[in-house]
Amino acid sequence: MSEILQHPRNLCALGGQQSVVAIERAVPIVHAGPGCGFKLHTGLGSYNGFQGGSYSGGAAIVSTNTGEKEVVFGGEARLRSVIDGALKVMNGDLFVVLSGCTSELVGDDTEHIVSEYRQRGIPIVYAATGGFRGNNIIGHEIVANAIIDQLLERKDIVPGVVNVWSGVPYQDAFWAGNLASIRELLTGLGLKPNILFGPNSGGLEAWRQVPAAQFNLVLSSWAGVSIARNLNQRFGTPWLHCPTLPIGGIETSRFLREVQKFAKVDTAASTDFVQAQEASFNYFFERAADFFLEFRWDMPGHFVTIADSFYGIGVSRLLTNEFGLLPLHQFVTDDPPDEFRSSIEDDFAQIAPGISSNVTFTSDSGKVNEVLREVTSAPPIILGSVWDRDIAQEVGGCHLSIAAPMTDRLITSCSYLGYNGGLRLIEDLYSSILTFVQ
Amino acid sequence: MTTETRVASEPIERRSPGVTIRERRLGSITGYSGTPEELVQISLAGQLQERERSFTQAGTCSSFCATLQLSLIQDAVVINHAPAGCAGDFSMFNLYNRYGQGKRSLTRTSSRLITTNLNEQDTIFGATEKMSEAIHKAYRTYHPRAIFVTASCASGIIGEDLESAIEQAEEDLGIPIASVNCEGFRSQVWATGWDAAYNAILRKIVRPAKRKRPESINIITFIGEDYFSELLRPLGLVPDLIVPFTKVEQLERLSEAGATAQMCSTLGTYFAAGLEKEYGVPEIKAPPPYGLNSTDAWLRELAHVTGKNDIVEQFISAERNAIRRELEDLKERFAGVKAFVAAGPSHGHSSMEVLQDLGFELAGSCMFHHDAKLDHGNPAGDTLKAATTRSRKIPYSICNKQAFELVNVLSRLRPDIVIVRHPSLAVSVAKLGIPACFVDDEHLALGYRGLIRYGRKIADWFRNPAIERNLARNSSLPYTRWWLEQQPFSMLGGEA
Repeated sequence: MSEILQHPRNLCALGGQQSVVAIERAVPIVHAGPGCGFKLHTGLGSYNGFQGGSYSGGAAIVSTNTGEKEVVFGGEARLRSVIDGALKVMNGDLFVVLSGCTSELVGDDTEHIVSEYRQRGIPIVYAATGGFRGNNIIGHEIVANAIIDQLLERKDIVPGVVNVWSGVPYQDAFWAGNLASIRELLTGLGLKPNILFGPNSGGLEAWRQVPAAQFNLVLSSWAGVSIARNLNQRFGTPWLHCPTLPIGGIETSRFLREVQKFAKVDTAASTDFVQAQEASFNYFFERAADFFLEFRWDMPGHFVTIADSFYGIGVSRLLTNEFGLLPLHQFVTDDPPDEFRSSIEDDFAQIAPGISSNVTFTSDSGKVNEVLREVTSAPPIILGSVWDRDIAQEVGGCHLSIAAPMTDRLITSCSYLGYNGGLRLIEDLYSSILTFVQ
Repeated sequence: MTTETRVASEPIERRSPGVTIRERRLGSITGYSGTPEELVQISLAGQLQERERSFTQAGTCSSFCATLQLSLIQDAVVINHAPAGCAGDFSMFNLYNRYGQGKRSLTRTSSRLITTNLNEQDTIFGATEKMSEAIHKAYRTYHPRAIFVTASCASGIIGEDLESAIEQAEEDLGIPIASVNCEGFRSQVWATGWDAAYNAILRKIVRPAKRKRPESINIITFIGEDYFSELLRPLGLVPDLIVPFTKVEQLERLSEAGATAQMCSTLGTYFAAGLEKEYGVPEIKAPPPYGLNSTDAWLRELAHVTGKNDIVEQFISAERNAIRRELEDLKERFAGVKAFVAAGPSHGHSSMEVLQDLGFELAGSCMFHHDAKLDHGNPAGDTLKAATTRSRKIPYSICNKQAFELVNVLSRLRPDIVIVRHPSLAVSVAKLGIPACFVDDEHLALGYRGLIRYGRKIADWFRNPAIERNLARNSSLPYTRWWLEQQPFSMLGGEA
């Protein structure tokens, strides 16, 4: 039985619509009930950092709005009519039809209908994202794999090109800023990053180049692994999996060295790039050290992350290995598939030599609150979602939202990835603490 | 005697859990293009027909509306019996809750919301047991005074029989627990969700009056600030704003009130009619008090029902006098400025009336749905008719929140300002370079003084439409040139 959730932090597979919205000039066509598209936009796009509707999201989302008639008699005719309309009304380069609970439960053959349009040369694919199939992280993978399976063709390999699969768009409010940071870092190493979501990514054309990549980079604890496996199977593309958020000096350098080695770009120029980045980070670290040393006595010294596994481990390592804090207890909220759980547990068990953290896998605030009441003895730093404000107050902790949903922050291009991303998180966290204490 | 009291304090359970959808109950529609005059006339004649679109964008569903209202009851819990995606609106409701608590000087706390997180197994083997478990979890966590279980498309299609499990849980826990039949697919008129929520409150919470409080007036609202006091207290009446930010005990006693009124007749039509029919609380049937004429009429009806005829005329003329000078100034400033309203009825109608009182010219309007009648059945309550006595022939449409139609209409009419009342639409308007005024606190324009508050707010909007200017320059709408050259309602087919 899946968990009963007080205050959910992930939504359903149909949330993959937001990954479509994140592809430039791609149009989601939701074959679902009248409220689905709007609810998912609300939870992922709007009331989560106020990321907004962008080009084809929000009120623009195409939806069949299936009603009683479609539930009783089937919704296939309705779907055809809405796709016909979308092709005329919506100005897009790529159309992705996503099925929701209603159309899947009544047994519409959406796959067949969409394939008929595709056979006519229309760039349209079908993603089976019935809400009950899993969470929106799975939905993101289903969408990416649908485009790969139904639209992409083998290409000649272009050396240096690397497809980037990282944070799930909109679920991770920092996805676009983080992708920009990844682009900058990989370019600095001499690679040609193929960024598939967000501004200046290239939309459908970028996706068509996916089979030309030298390798796929999965920079995420597990989301995207199924995409890289699929590409490996389909096109033989090798892939590198870096499961920890590279944030701050130590983790970012570790990540870059791993990429250098894997991509065989261990050149003098790329090493110079890394050293310059490190020097800049160290400069600001040195300046902030006065603050950290002199305020450490009275500031909370223990931290809690209530976030997905990617952020949880990355942020824990940043705070422990660079800023001298200690982990209290960590919560992993993204419901990782079983095969990834033991390595996530291992990572938390060895954050630093001699420093480990207990970890609870749950997306339920009830469980989080229960554990925190038990383990807290001094006011902690709590990095979680807006749902954690009450418990933070109850245990006297300082709180910063870094995970979905967050309605207490406005996020545009903020990045918590790379050298600057580490400094940015520290700025945001301690600005919030300094506001709290005075 | 003791026995009698106990029996008398039980809610009247003569309602069934289901609510007849608005399409069937009120003849409501979601597609129309014409004029207010024509729509009023065919609605009255019972000739209104739904027209179905061949192409649609995302709407909203009943579950959204039902869960929103109920989640704002401060000592209840709402369990959404659904896959986790249906809980996408929880973070919005939570913001509304915390924001509203702050405005009312209440302690800010997170909304009490739980999802049963249905998965594939649950859709195959059923999830009634899971719902029971969620009820017990809700009780352990919050010790609420009531629990509401809102349905979803998935729970509806797999045919969950919630009632017997709910009865068992009620017996175990000793608090009212209500199922709320708000499956998204049942109605295209998402306002049906309000009805489903109010059905649950009428069925399980409201109790027969043990005594009367004639000075207390139930006001069915969303989350706006209490400007109703301005209108009621001078008449010796006390507004009881419901349902958001109430407690269960307060809702139990709605039957004691002297009357029920609403900030929007489409919001509480089912609730107000139910309170009148079942508990004898008279409903104020006049259109809500926005704009001079409707405020006059509403106050007179309220005074008549509550026995305040002797003082109401003096109050009306004093209030009208108090705003006269500034209203004249505002009218001068807005004279000839073309406004368009995109909102739900009937609050959208109220906005139309307010704008005309402020001197605006109505360029047109589009409402999200239309109720051919209200539950009380009295044509005198027709808010569209009341709002358009000066604008019977303007372009008027029912657009079910369809942004592609709205953009098409606006790119033709090019009004000077658009009043928007539903999240996610304003940016579509603003990308056209038209000032898009998203009305947040729906009570701001209330009564006489509200005209001035609202006028000042809109004057500010005109002073610096920088966002709209920049959006128009630097971003694009996702519609084809072909579409913008078609008639705006060309996707609206014949009878459904």
